[in-house]
Amino acid sequence: MSDIYLDNNATTKVDPAIVEAMLPFFTEQFGNPSSLHSFGNKVGMALKKARGQVQKILGAEHDSEIIFTSCGSESDSTAILSALKANPERKEIITTVVEHPAVLNLCEYLETEGYTVHKLKVDSKGRLDLDEYAKLLSDDVAVVSVMWANNETGTIFPVEKMAEMADEAGVLFHTDAVQAVGKIPMNLQDTAIHMLSLSGHKLHAPKGVGVLYLKRGTRFRPLLRGGHQERGRRAGTENSASIIGLGLACEQAMEHMEFENVQVKAMRDRLQEGILAAVPNAFPTGDVDNRLPNTLNIAFEYIEGEAILLLMNKMGIAASSGSACTSGSLEPSHVMKAMGIPYTAAHGTVRFSLSRYNTMEEIERVIEAVPPIVAKLRKLSPYWGENGPVENPEQAFAPVYA
Amino acid sequence: MWDYSEKVKEHFYNPKNAGAVADANGVGDVGSISCGDALRLTLKVDPETEIILDAGFQTFGCGSAIASSSALTEMVKGKTLDEALLISNQDIADFLDGLPPEKMHCSVMGREALQAAVANYRGEEWSDDHEEGALVCKCFAIDEVMVRDTIKANNLSSVEEVTNYTKAGGGCSSCHEAIENLLTEEMAARGETFVPASSGKKKTKKVEKKKPDLVGIEAPVAKPAAASAGLTLVQRIRKIEDVLEAMRPALRADNGDVELVDVDGKTVYVNLVGACSGCQMAAMTLGGIQQKLIEAMGEFIKVIPASERPAA
Repeated sequence: MSDIYLDNNATTKVDPAIVEAMLPFFTEQFGNPSSLHSFGNKVGMALKKARGQVQKILGAEHDSEIIFTSCGSESDSTAILSALKANPERKEIITTVVEHPAVLNLCEYLETEGYTVHKLKVDSKGRLDLDEYAKLLSDDVAVVSVMWANNETGTIFPVEKMAEMADEAGVLFHTDAVQAVGKIPMNLQDTAIHMLSLSGHKLHAPKGVGVLYLKRGTRFRPLLRGGHQERGRRAGTENSASIIGLGLACEQAMEHMEFENVQVKAMRDRLQEGILAAVPNAFPTGDVDNRLPNTLNIAFEYIEGEAILLLMNKMGIAASSGSACTSGSLEPSHVMKAMGIPYTAAHGTVRFSLSRYNTMEEIERVIEAVPPIVAKLRKLSPYWGENGPVENPEQAFAPVYA
Repeated sequence: MWDYSEKVKEHFYNPKNAGAVADANGVGDVGSISCGDALRLTLKVDPETEIILDAGFQTFGCGSAIASSSALTEMVKGKTLDEALLISNQDIADFLDGLPPEKMHCSVMGREALQAAVANYRGEEWSDDHEEGALVCKCFAIDEVMVRDTIKANNLSSVEEVTNYTKAGGGCSSCHEAIENLLTEEMAARGETFVPASSGKKKTKKVEKKKPDLVGIEAPVAKPAAASAGLTLVQRIRKIEDVLEAMRPALRADNGDVELVDVDGKTVYVNLVGACSGCQMAAMTLGGIQQKLIEAMGEFIKVIPASERPAA
């Protein structure tokens, strides 16, 4: 039996057709697209096509609004730092407590440089308070950066509305949409979103390519200066093969948008129902009625996520966890913490993220495999008795912490 | 994913002595705030001989926490309490053929559970005596609390000093930004300003220290990079010995040591002895020695374990 990959929010498999489309650009079409000769010329044409494919999935008005970068993190950094450079008199940033480290760690660094960062809080389901947001918008804010969908729980944020509010207040709005593109239909020309980050490897394109969408007329200051590539907005020779792969990936994602939101969603829902029916003391986290169709995050109480992952891995099932131990960091996931998930549950969160390559048969195998793994670890847990959690678990086991 | 040894995997997949011992007379409940893991160790001790007859564990934690717990119970069974208390966290890690640096605190938790359980058996109160923080240096598993405390206790003011006192930053050097940030904060707290070392060969003016503290280890001072090409072999060997001597206090602090075996041109053969021999950090330590020698000799020096010396 082959292994089951349910970690598609981490990265995805490159579609074989995409690999095939890329290969000629390593061999025959290796020219520099900036060159005049025929080795480079055809590459330039192929890049133009890819730019159009990305434009289409984003619903951008012009293809010149698409800037190719090396990854989602580069797009995030470029967008935020550009907004700060373009508005030197504005010293505040608005973001959320549940952003990806690509945004959060940059903002924490900017705090040491004298910027004030407002992090919007979330409720127990991971939702934002738009009143809190409205109060923070002012002439002192250089940029708002809010993710379209959360990578851990799949919770979707109302970015279109938030962009509208920012626009009315005269503030630039950026969204990290790396998890959302290809899963949520978007038409950026009808929104007030000024900047958006996209990452190739989250939608079956290769790693090492991303996009910054920059609405025409948005004031911009490049991060990388040098050559004239990307109209002088991102210097550096184009990663042609990967850009061409990304273009095709966007076209494929458009074709599969319905499949993603019907079949993939049905598999995700079956997985949730199957596991929760068999495992007591487990619950899904995030805003379950408003989340990405492929994402399921379950907290298994009184056990720890890395241990779950190791046992699942032994059975050929790949997922990820918000436990502190899987990352080597001190804290359990900042997303779980922000939602106020108790400590004994936050450490036991497991994220299952599906793709169009999964099958219902695989999902049934996972539903079979997970309950005995949870039971095995609970037998080792000091919080767990014969058939359920010990009474008053927090009091019955209150270790001395170092 | 972590690079766990086969022994860790074995103790995780098939833990020994899982569950509480039925008629236990010593119980230790401890947790590691640094990763949220927690462990209950139950011991059955023979009151006549103080021999541990049985041991069991219950662990809320990751793979290496469960493996460390399992290893601990195997190690203590049949020992007297006093013998068991001699087990260090490094012994637990060694029993498991090593743990990744980020996971060493799992073995610390095991040792603490043992101390707590013995204290409980003896009717004593056990309190934990150390704090753990976020890992700063992954090469040597040095955490933030350790770095801050050392900066405070010894009035340190440079990354180099922090490396000399704690080893943090002495390996791959990618944590130097984090160490500089800690220095900036701790120095600000005592009313000083952190001045970073200048790049390259230009020597930074030494900042006058407020009071020299003798608590810490004497900091080995990197000699200016004067090329040592003109030295005789004996002079070279003396110089190499000087550098090794300067590093000894730090190695001895970890119950280790280094001895010079041979010098062949630019290749220096050494033996790591004591706790350093077989330590999973041996390669890092050799790298550190090499770095110091390069700095002091002003030329490229290769440090090789004597075991790899070609037969004469």
